[in-house]
Amino acid sequence: MRRWLQAALPLVLLAVLLLAFVRFGPIGVFKAAFPPVEVAFIQRVEFSPEHITVHVFNDGPEPVTIAQVLVNDAYWQFSMASNVLQPLQKGLIDIAYPWLEGDPMDIQLLTSTGVTFDREIAVVTSTPQFGWLYFRTFVLLGIYVGVLPVLIGLLWFPFLRLLRGSWYSALLALTVGLLVFLGFDTLAEALELLPQLPGAFNGVGILVIGFLLAVMALGAVSHKTEQYSAQRGEEGMAITWGYLIALGIGLHNLGEGLAIGSAYALGEIALGSTLVIGFMVHNVTEGVAIVAPLTRSVAKVRAIVVHLVAMGLLAGGPTILGALLGGFTYSAALNVLFLAIGAGAIFDVSFDILHYMAKGRWNSLFTPGNILGFLAGLLVVYVTGFLVL
Amino acid sequence: MKLAFLLALLLLASCAPRITGNTTEEHQRLQMAAQERMGIVGEYSDGFDPMVFLTTWNFNSLPDEERAKYYRETPLGNGTLREYWITALDKEIEVAPGVWFPAWTYNGQVPGPTIRATEGDTVQIHFRNEGTKPHTIHSHGFHASEMDGSLPEQFVLPGESFEYEFIAEPFGLHPYHCHSLPIKQHISKGLYGVYIVDPKNDTRPKPAKELVMVMNGFDTNFDGGNEVYAVNTKAFYYMMHPIKLKRGELVRIHLVNMLEFDLVNSIHTHATFFNEYPTGTQLEPERYTDITVLGQAERSVLDVRFPFPGKYMFHAHQAEFSELGWMGFFEVEP
Repeated sequence: MRRWLQAALPLVLLAVLLLAFVRFGPIGVFKAAFPPVEVAFIQRVEFSPEHITVHVFNDGPEPVTIAQVLVNDAYWQFSMASNVLQPLQKGLIDIAYPWLEGDPMDIQLLTSTGVTFDREIAVVTSTPQFGWLYFRTFVLLGIYVGVLPVLIGLLWFPFLRLLRGSWYSALLALTVGLLVFLGFDTLAEALELLPQLPGAFNGVGILVIGFLLAVMALGAVSHKTEQYSAQRGEEGMAITWGYLIALGIGLHNLGEGLAIGSAYALGEIALGSTLVIGFMVHNVTEGVAIVAPLTRSVAKVRAIVVHLVAMGLLAGGPTILGALLGGFTYSAALNVLFLAIGAGAIFDVSFDILHYMAKGRWNSLFTPGNILGFLAGLLVVYVTGFLVL
Repeated sequence: MKLAFLLALLLLASCAPRITGNTTEEHQRLQMAAQERMGIVGEYSDGFDPMVFLTTWNFNSLPDEERAKYYRETPLGNGTLREYWITALDKEIEVAPGVWFPAWTYNGQVPGPTIRATEGDTVQIHFRNEGTKPHTIHSHGFHASEMDGSLPEQFVLPGESFEYEFIAEPFGLHPYHCHSLPIKQHISKGLYGVYIVDPKNDTRPKPAKELVMVMNGFDTNFDGGNEVYAVNTKAFYYMMHPIKLKRGELVRIHLVNMLEFDLVNSIHTHATFFNEYPTGTQLEPERYTDITVLGQAERSVLDVRFPFPGKYMFHAHQAEFSELGWMGFFEVEP
């Protein structure tokens, strides 16, 4: 009982302090005749024939009243379930507007205090409506961009198996290079997205949690499976790794799919069809990353074909899911979370491979072969990255 | 086996979808619906009535007793002494339905009360500043230097008063406005009004109706550009409440441009032309046209008749301004 009281005491004192501050503190100084701090955030804009739907989110501490809406600098009538959005409340604004396919657009919300919040749309295009047509489109996009390239990359397996000794070690180093680059790339993408999140969502928080969650989860999984697969020798271990790498890359590709799906939905894909082509070439390298650890330990290719296909699907399949999610219900917050998880997973796997290569002697990693392999890995992703324009 | 799998996927991919156009009747209906939606939503709820403002000068819309608080006429040997009581006040005004602008006003309204005198009259303005910043009344027209209200020593501090006095001349249509600093702010916040000086010997045709129109705008988010454009403050007000006229009658529009931030403003009347008296300082019209362009504080008297009954738009021919609120209707009765 006493313990509980001791635990509760600081909380009680904090409550008293807060009350006293609100009641007697210098807060009144800040409550002058200023207009309230209104923050409205346009999260998503959807286009259907002669119609615009705006998703707006109250990102501030005060209620926001949407009084008027301007489309391309003209007042346009709109309807909304409630014009007043409470903090953290989301609202839908419907506007009947003769928008023009392919044009840029500026949407401005005018609040009751005359403050404006706007969002520019680079290219206006019909938003995919959930249906067979778009479902097929996104699934195909995912297959093209994610599944097929990874599977094609896996086909190097027989060739890579010929490598022995320091060449094999260099190959692993190359894999680490690929993964580290992808990891940073994924993190950078997540960071780039942060400004698109309402402040209330605390994007950095999502990023940190997602990243560390992935590291912890994969660490736990590989710890458990290592014990288990150690009994089955090198091959079992290598297959476990293959799956872990595939999982990390899969999460990375989920983020990639989200980016592609949302770019398609926002009409941005029309700006550069090379985006998809670039991702395709880029993703072939991911196949290499998956098979590399398998090359030495596996005796017969035939025996693990099923595993290989499964790994390919695990790595590439999430692109489909990502494209679907991104296309139909794009959410920057979700995207940041997935990207952070992907980055965490990729770094975790990279570390595992390095740990295996070092076998407790970290200095032994820095052989010329390994260093060149590692740099080659970085360069391969960097160079293929030029295709993603 | 793997090859077969890949081929199957490629086959699946080959049936790539195409997006088909929508040109049905349903789409035409949607197109019409979208056309009808230009403009604002909601109704105005504050006290200022632009319809009353149109035909109000020297507080003639008030009952006598109330009017005497703001305006008094005393006959003099030559002409009339016209006294005005005008107070600068901070007030939130509604510039579009539900959009409140923290204005600085003369007598709680934007534009301020219209002052109207005849050439040679004595105009006396009892000005009191109940706002939070120094304000003045600077009127266009002839007056002595100390009545100019434009130099820092002439600024009337909050809580203080000043009496402006001058002879009404030259005849014409003039603005008055605050000249405190920064001027751009004091004008765009709403401190302006109309000052009409009628000619002593008016040889122009006598109008059946006179309308005071001040073209203005409001920078509601204070980014140096207007979010709202209007005639007489309220966006689209005369769209929602058309100005009623009679076919063939002569209507005189006293048009003043007080728009800040934009270089020019204009008026265009549909389905009719008007005789224009720039600044109202000549008794013969200078132009016969259906559009006139005015710079800041520029003004013009327009004599217009509508030959046919019906509903006719009038608006700025800067299409941008018109869709941001500067658009209205005349409803011409047979």
